[in-house]
Amino acid sequence: MEICLFFLLHFRRHDLLESGEICSHTLPNPHSHICLDDSLEWASPLPSILPSLPRNLLHETTICRREARPAFPRWVFVLLCRLSYPQPRSLDQKRLDVLTLTPWLAPIVWEGTFNSELLDSAYKPLNLTIGVTAFAIGKYTMFVGRFVESAEKLFMKGYRVNYYIFTNDPQVIPRVQLQPGRSLSIVPIKKYSHWQEISMRRMEAINRHIAEVSHREVNYLFCLDIDMVFHNPWGVETLGEMVAAIHPGYYNVPRSQFPYERRSSSAAFIPDSQGDFYYAGAVFGGLLKQVYEFTRACHMTILADKANGIMAAWQEESHLNKRFFSHKPSKLLSPEYVWDDTKPKPPEVRLIRFSTVNKDYKEIRD
Amino acid sequence: MDIKKVHIVIPIVMAGIIGYFGTEIMDIKKVHILIPIVMAGIIGYLGTKIMDIKEVHILIPIVMAGIIGYLGQVDLDETSLVISRIPHISRPSSQPVRQVDLDETSLVISRQTDLNEAFSVLPRMSYPQPFVDKPQRTDVLLMSPWLAPIMWEGTFNRDILNAQYRQKKFVVGVATFAVKKYVRFIEGFLGSANKFFLSGHRVNFYLFTDHPEKVPSMKLAPEKSLFIIPVQNYSRWQDISMNRMDIISNRIRTHWHYEVDYLYSMDIDVQMFEHIGVEIIDTLVGTISSWQYTKPRDSNSYERRPESRAAIPSGEGDFYYAASFYGGSVSEVYKLTTACFKGVTEDRANGIEAKWHEESHLNKYLLYHKPTRLLSPEYYWDEELPRPQIIRVKRLSSVRKDLEEVRS
Repeated sequence: MEICLFFLLHFRRHDLLESGEICSHTLPNPHSHICLDDSLEWASPLPSILPSLPRNLLHETTICRREARPAFPRWVFVLLCRLSYPQPRSLDQKRLDVLTLTPWLAPIVWEGTFNSELLDSAYKPLNLTIGVTAFAIGKYTMFVGRFVESAEKLFMKGYRVNYYIFTNDPQVIPRVQLQPGRSLSIVPIKKYSHWQEISMRRMEAINRHIAEVSHREVNYLFCLDIDMVFHNPWGVETLGEMVAAIHPGYYNVPRSQFPYERRSSSAAFIPDSQGDFYYAGAVFGGLLKQVYEFTRACHMTILADKANGIMAAWQEESHLNKRFFSHKPSKLLSPEYVWDDTKPKPPEVRLIRFSTVNKDYKEIRD
Repeated sequence: MDIKKVHIVIPIVMAGIIGYFGTEIMDIKKVHILIPIVMAGIIGYLGTKIMDIKEVHILIPIVMAGIIGYLGQVDLDETSLVISRIPHISRPSSQPVRQVDLDETSLVISRQTDLNEAFSVLPRMSYPQPFVDKPQRTDVLLMSPWLAPIMWEGTFNRDILNAQYRQKKFVVGVATFAVKKYVRFIEGFLGSANKFFLSGHRVNFYLFTDHPEKVPSMKLAPEKSLFIIPVQNYSRWQDISMNRMDIISNRIRTHWHYEVDYLYSMDIDVQMFEHIGVEIIDTLVGTISSWQYTKPRDSNSYERRPESRAAIPSGEGDFYYAASFYGGSVSEVYKLTTACFKGVTEDRANGIEAKWHEESHLNKYLLYHKPTRLLSPEYYWDEELPRPQIIRVKRLSSVRKDLEEVRS
């Protein structure tokens, strides 16, 4: 059956070539098959060339004989309607105080660097679904209510969102009223005895969940900590192939002071002289396929350390940092997107979008 | 002594046993396998002096011993593979060590995974740390409002980009046209591109010309190839210019989408002076015009007459893009050239020609299909302009010429 569908797609593409259309099947994402027809009629909606095929099949098949796999695949934003916004000026940098582009040309998203309306008008027609995973185990279930309530108001407003709450105690999860097009599903998970173990098992759980469930349901996935709250809008400017967030505590310190794992026997080891940024373990995400690969790779290094009887300095955050160092993220979120409320707000951080809830660690973690 | 043939087996079997069990019981490294094999070799050699074994036969059991020893080390279970590769066993960590819970862990993860892939892929590189509160350039815009990076000198580290790019094995195509008198620019273009354009990476130069015999023979770097394609010329230079879109579009459909991953269209009457590298590779790339990069949108040279297909209403517009250098993935360039040429054809049917010919159509297209990456005017600088401080590096610039003479 799958082979037949593959050939169908293959021949279909040749038809398209004859008729003068080529699709860019570059991304493992059904919505990459939205193709333009040749006309410059801006008002008509984009026809989807392959509407009826199941998403996971599109995920697997390589259609083009020489499939273009761009180094940093990005969407070409198509504007369907006349939009009025201020002109970008080549000599007019909006943020003079912060780094907005990494040395490998990944944008760093700060307030003032993007135009939400423009991005929304490009993303909304794509009918994306965005997933959010969060782990609420043991006493952490008490954070679910505020997390989801604030997300309903501020996270990806106007888009379809699926919340996946991983918990060992489904009964305790409060039923929060959700906007239309948004859903919450509870994923039962085992509770380990130590909080470090719980924390490090997240990678494996997310990876398994993608393979079993979310690959059918979402295009992008964000993995967030549950003990946090949204204070300001978090929108599609955060979408990217692989997205990491800069840790609020270390964004202006030299790399030798980053709390990377420094023991060379660990798989998460990064020497003093290396490192770009210290990324927060509380926020990461991206295209589903990339998050799958990422969580798999992190879990592998976590297992390697386990076999060696070593646990990294900051649990899976160290492994996350190691992975992001060797496989650089395609987009970075500024500390606006992962803030620590106990810190005073510096002038660079104009807006706090997502930050921690004050809690007593001793009380929650036992 | 009275060593018989059969005694050869003893050290060989010892080698095999030590090889198989040694890694589990003791910390024997692969190299220790050599000891019993060498013993076997010595005995075998002495044996030939005593008996009638040919020397070549000795090789057989030695190779067998080696194979047994090697296979004995490789254990298909993931964790013991790890144990054999990482020599340091449990130096106590500062946190208490957890019990290893390996029962259901590896279900989702494929067993064929090469563990090395999880470790550093990029080669050890030394470069200065990027500091979040220290922007590299404050005098220019580095990102468009739709978060497409703009390439300016000083904002990127080409070593990192090269390391990432090399893993992908892409082929880039460059389409350029040398029609009529423009053949005189071929040598300068190819010579400088050979040195400065994506140096070290595979590039196919596709040179369209009406005088294939006039193309000078040039030695190109091993990863660069030149393809000469004959093409018709037109009496009006504007037509030659605009029909490039059509030719590119057709060629993609018939050939290039099998041959290259990325395609760039460049004018021939240019020379490169500085490296243009993999920072230009992205899905859809436009170059900001060196004449217009300071102008407000309403004074930009967009086509404004509504009768033309290239018309952009006033109050709209991001940047003014130069048609001399654009590109992207093969499929995106196909869409772009097809759409632009369709506009050109419709305009011709309506008896109108856009203000800047196919550049106007390109600008309309790129206004509504936002490029995923922009190149600053460093990447196409018009010779006639004095170079301001902002432009720290002039990578590619047009060649001085008498426009009237060369276009006649």
